[in-house]
Amino acid sequence: MVTKKEIKLSFFIALWFIVLTFPIMVIKVNTITHIVDFRWANIFWVGITSFFASLIWNYFLRMKEEKKKTETNDDVPFVHRMLQNQKIKTPFLAALAVFFLVYPFVFPMYHTSIMISALVYVMLGLGLNIVVGLAGLLDLGYVAFYAVGAYAYALLNLHFGISFWVVLPISAALGAICGTLLGYPVLRLRGDYLAIVTLGFGEIIRIILENWDDFSNGPRGIGNIPAPSFFGHQFEQHASVIYIYFIVIGLVLMTIFFVGRLENSRIGRAWIALRDDDIACQAMGIDKFKTKLTAFALGATWASIAGVVFAAKTSFINPMSFTIWESITILCVVVIGGMGSAIGVIAGALVLILLPEYLRAVAEYRMLVFGALQVIVMVFKPEGLIQSVRKIYKFEKVEE
Amino acid sequence: MEPILNVKNLTMTFGGLKALDTVNITVEKGQIAALIGPNGAGKTTFFNCITGIYEPSEGTVEITPPGKPTQKLNGLKTNYVTERGLARTFQNIRLFKGMTVLENVMIGRHCRMKSGIIKAMLRPSSQKNEEKKAIDDSYEILEKIGLDKYVNEMAVNLPYGAQRRLEIARALATNPFLLLLDEPAAGMNPQETNELDELIVWLRDNEDVSILLIEHDMKLVMSLSDNIHVVDYGKKIAEGTPQQVKSNPEVIKAYLGDESEDA
Repeated sequence: MVTKKEIKLSFFIALWFIVLTFPIMVIKVNTITHIVDFRWANIFWVGITSFFASLIWNYFLRMKEEKKKTETNDDVPFVHRMLQNQKIKTPFLAALAVFFLVYPFVFPMYHTSIMISALVYVMLGLGLNIVVGLAGLLDLGYVAFYAVGAYAYALLNLHFGISFWVVLPISAALGAICGTLLGYPVLRLRGDYLAIVTLGFGEIIRIILENWDDFSNGPRGIGNIPAPSFFGHQFEQHASVIYIYFIVIGLVLMTIFFVGRLENSRIGRAWIALRDDDIACQAMGIDKFKTKLTAFALGATWASIAGVVFAAKTSFINPMSFTIWESITILCVVVIGGMGSAIGVIAGALVLILLPEYLRAVAEYRMLVFGALQVIVMVFKPEGLIQSVRKIYKFEKVEE
Repeated sequence: MEPILNVKNLTMTFGGLKALDTVNITVEKGQIAALIGPNGAGKTTFFNCITGIYEPSEGTVEITPPGKPTQKLNGLKTNYVTERGLARTFQNIRLFKGMTVLENVMIGRHCRMKSGIIKAMLRPSSQKNEEKKAIDDSYEILEKIGLDKYVNEMAVNLPYGAQRRLEIARALATNPFLLLLDEPAAGMNPQETNELDELIVWLRDNEDVSILLIEHDMKLVMSLSDNIHVVDYGKKIAEGTPQQVKSNPEVIKAYLGDESEDA
């Protein structure tokens, strides 16, 4: 129940909010008639809303504290518990598979198209998850590699007529090379410094694309990028979207598969060790630099692949698609979804990308909602929507 | 007995401060050696110098792994030092918090494994076998150290004493010939300290490792060590068996202060 203290606190918070929002909520200057309007009724609404919001907030905070006291640290997230139970796992995965299979045939093209971009973000999120979530390197210029992939397809196709399927592996290699080249000088830095340098690098790539007219066609971008073909056959528009949808599904599955394997391998463990304690990590015989570089290069590889898909889907790219906001969005996907947790990142991408698309009505407040969501997740579930869970190894007692 | 660790004239300066001043220390095979000294004497700096966290300003660090020629360690990065068979634990526990106990130990196996990215993604049989062997080896080590009941527990959730032991297990997983323990008994209760005492002796007798430890618990040091080195203000002031060190006036002065100074 709500305590007296909380009510008192909420009352003062409401008062504070009234003062804080007074200039924007109450005062309104009518510039035509030169009259200042005082909308006194708004005081009431601001007061009521902030009062109850504060009550609810404090209630949940208290619940969280109490939960912490009673429970041990090892509560396995709901989704993982379901996946560990074989009886539920199979039907759950089957239902999921059926849903994604029939999705493009049931829903109109618009929805399929939105789902494609959400799935592209799943790939981006899983790629960045390697860098940020597993290896603990804060990369704010991740979008640069996304741009590398997209421009690789656009330019190779424009100049040499190379098809989607050939560009896919080329761009993956290109992404890895770019990741290594950038990583080499940059990875000597750590923490905040690394974040700033990668942020700068991301912007450099965008500015080059914007200004090097002969190379990238500048801000006008590159149009008429062909959609992928099916053994030489080009689909008409609607079928093409569905086709791309299935390609993306395939790529996402591939990503989940490979990233999952990496996570529980020698390399993956080294990444996590590096994130948790870099001094101990090195003292255990792990080459810090090489480990960082592999994480960076692999993350870049997936961003690059996602970039190719993006270019093929939109059929037009220009530097405006690769601003710092893209990097931030992908980072949000990873952080809100759950650092280091593949399932969390997938959920995070679907929520963060699909939600704004369907809430177009409040599109103006998108960033506000994003921010609020971040605050809520950080306060109540700092480990993300779905926390990562380490692999369990089974041992039979060896008889002497 | 030939020395397996031979540190000659090791000097480490930070700006104008001489944290270590021409320190000579040797550790012989099968020995449990201890490095003691008052707080701030430079013990951990010494460890950091030989394990490559710092590069020594002067002097040489040489190791002679069993069956291998003598080699110099100066200027090698920490991970290469570990690869050559020198594993350490830390004064303030540095476990990998996001991993299970078993995975912590498996990290120790890292430098003895080979699979790279491609193998991790495609999982050919060579990778699978290597992985399985790493898991089995790690589990075996945990059994030896007595932590097998915690296998799948997250490392942070372990009781304090067990965390200390896990650090030793993790270091052991790198196949060292010399184990460097930085205050392994710090913060332990008497019972845990006794268990640690037994563990260290057991390790020396059964695992073919020599041990160099830093410790403040004098009871533990005196009962364990074959040879004790004492440093104070970065200088080595004494060396010898526990008996010799105990009665050395220099050592008593370093620990208890000089009477004549106050007069």
